[in-house]
Amino acid sequence: MSLLEIKNACLKLDNKNILNGVSLSINSGEVHAIMGPNGSGKSTLSYMLSGRDGYELESGEILLDGQSLSDMSADERARSGLFLAFQYPVELPGVGAMSFLREAVNSRRKFIGQEEFDHLAFVKEARKEASKMFVKDEMLKRAVNVGFSGGEKKKFEILQMAMLKPKVSILDETDSGLDVDALKIVSDGVNAQRSDDNAIVVITHYQRLLDYIVPDFVHILSEGVIIKSGGPELALEVEKNGYAGMINAA
Amino acid sequence: MVATQETINKVNEVGSAYKYGFVTDLESEKAPLGLNEDIVKFISSKKNEPKWLLDWRLKAYKKWLTMKEPDWAMVDFPKINFQDIYYYSAPKAKPKLNSLDEVDPELLKTYEKLGIPIKEQEMLAGVAVDYVFDSVSVATTFRDKLAKEGIIFCPISEAVQNHPDLVKKYIGSVIPMNDNYYAALNSAVFTDGSFVYVPKGVKCPMELSTYFRINEQNSGQFERTLIIVEDNSYVSYLEGCTAPQRDENQLHAAVVELVAMDDAEIKYSTVQNWYPGDKDGKGGIYNFVTKRGNCLGNRSKISWTQVETGSAITWKYPSCVLRGDNSVGEFYSVAVANNSQQADTGTKMIHIGKNTKSTIISKGISAGKAQNTYRGQVQIQKNAKGARNFTQCDSLLIGDKCGAHTVPYINQHTPSARVEHEATTSKISEDQLFYCLQRGLDTEQATSLIVNGFCKEVMKELPMEFAVEAQKLIGISLEGSVG
Ligand SMILES: Nc1ncnc2c1ncn2[C@@H]1O[C@H](COP(=O)(O)OP(=O)(O)O)[C@@H](O)[C@H]1O
Ligand SMILES: [Mg+2]
Repeated sequence: MSLLEIKNACLKLDNKNILNGVSLSINSGEVHAIMGPNGSGKSTLSYMLSGRDGYELESGEILLDGQSLSDMSADERARSGLFLAFQYPVELPGVGAMSFLREAVNSRRKFIGQEEFDHLAFVKEARKEASKMFVKDEMLKRAVNVGFSGGEKKKFEILQMAMLKPKVSILDETDSGLDVDALKIVSDGVNAQRSDDNAIVVITHYQRLLDYIVPDFVHILSEGVIIKSGGPELALEVEKNGYAGMINAA
Repeated sequence: MVATQETINKVNEVGSAYKYGFVTDLESEKAPLGLNEDIVKFISSKKNEPKWLLDWRLKAYKKWLTMKEPDWAMVDFPKINFQDIYYYSAPKAKPKLNSLDEVDPELLKTYEKLGIPIKEQEMLAGVAVDYVFDSVSVATTFRDKLAKEGIIFCPISEAVQNHPDLVKKYIGSVIPMNDNYYAALNSAVFTDGSFVYVPKGVKCPMELSTYFRINEQNSGQFERTLIIVEDNSYVSYLEGCTAPQRDENQLHAAVVELVAMDDAEIKYSTVQNWYPGDKDGKGGIYNFVTKRGNCLGNRSKISWTQVETGSAITWKYPSCVLRGDNSVGEFYSVAVANNSQQADTGTKMIHIGKNTKSTIISKGISAGKAQNTYRGQVQIQKNAKGARNFTQCDSLLIGDKCGAHTVPYINQHTPSARVEHEATTSKISEDQLFYCLQRGLDTEQATSLIVNGFCKEVMKELPMEFAVEAQKLIGISLEGSVG
């Protein structure tokens, strides 16, 4: 059984067809890359999977660990182990990053029947993970994403991923706005999470990120359908010829 | 911290219903219904008051008869029938209590339900609690420890007996009996409240705290609190309030007067979660409070911090009169209004002395059909050279049926003064909500987190254990307002 199964997903926004029958099967231990030009529906796909209001399926089905997600709210899906690293992480003024993280982690732990972290245990764990990402304590004392640089925002997303230990992580353009050094740190952070019990979906516009996070499979999304799937070499083809040739051929 | 944890746990258990909706079964002694001179005399004699105080009450009563209810606030409610209220009700307990064992067990149970067991409170070194049960203070703890420092902390009725000179000198000195309609009413019929006196050069070693509780049906609550802090002294006072659920609206008209001498500092914090009425606006407390601090001394400082989550109607403007040179006034406020609640609250900063400074941080949160108004006055009088005020007034709207209003009045009569006013209105964005949900927080948790973030600047002014409780209360009072 696949960990995440997307069957013929169709979705409209504002009466416009955005996803037109996306199918994808993702197994434990795999890393999939979804590439596609701007506006092809990549973020929409990630919102649909994570259950954002207004992104309900028109038809089709999604299964996480064999369980249908359609009737589950966004927070239930999250607690069940679905994680989305946002393309544009959202600012929460006045909400301390550390306490936000703790509340999130404890919600997930409670849901899966693990003991909630007490304050000290949590801080210890968070610091350990943060230092791997070169995230300073000082940053965790600030409000969530408020005044964070582009790089800090993305590091914080991956730090949350590391702490939440999701089954399926969707990383939406995690490389955007990162310089080479930050890209390396963030990628190392993601790679450290790769394991046989989880799966990662990397959404990206550029091939560059895939030099650091090497995927097992690459899919090309265009106008809301996957027009081609293959191995890492497909990303290189995009890099060489652009999307246009591929889309025309399809 | 036991009691605090207990309180937090209690609050955590609360569903969407108002938690404190129980009525203690106590025999009570009441004055007859309604108000006239005889009732004023009855209250005074019940409390064994000296003649000067009775005369003072009667004078206030006569003034009240000539006054009219204020109608300028942005609140709307049926006219109150002042003859349909009991002005005195006391639980029948033993008159003198030597230890907590003598306190009516029913009463102790009530406090336990409120999450503030007296026994635990006693152990909670650092907090002394003066309980007000309806109209009579029942038990006061920690008085011995305070007495060693020369600090007086007792029910005001007791202060009238034991420290008449202090009471006589200061009562009505900050809020004259005819200051406003409700203050006049309070002056005539006030039943009890707290009295605090801190002598020169003493830093009060613990937070002083009162939990008010309205219990008797149709009994108006008219507390009177007086706090006097002498030169170079400091006190932090906490006021927490809950009231059981009732169908009929209950009137609450308290008066709080603070006096700070040279280099004295008073920190007054309130967490108010009186019954707000049901979703349709039935029932709930009418809260018409007059609170004012007099920064009489040079370099004195008075700081009001309030978290207002309850009451059907809140009409409340804790103010500072900055008389001493270089004195400082602060007002930090969070006002939450949900469903049919109406809050009209704010402050007055009256700058009289030179280089006086005031800061106003107001955070208004509206949800449901609620109306939330900030009304603030900054007055810089002629001699207040170099005076400064900074006002920040933020409103957060949850949903689209509620309203937020900001009404600043600025009167500046001194060119060298500087007055700054900033105001913002925002909504909880769908992006913020989704971000939280995606991290596994449910809608209530997410709302509470975002709202508490919005209030952070005010919350950090509250003493630690109060802040935690206040945060939970804000969460509770907004339950069901999103999604
Ligand atoms: N709320 C919306 N209403 C209508 N159309 C939308 C909405 N959000 C996105 N779209 C459209 O959906 C398409 C896919 O957008 P998106 O998923 O953000 O693409 P990508 O992430 O691949 O760049 C675009 O044409 C965009 O204009
Ligand atoms: Mg996108």
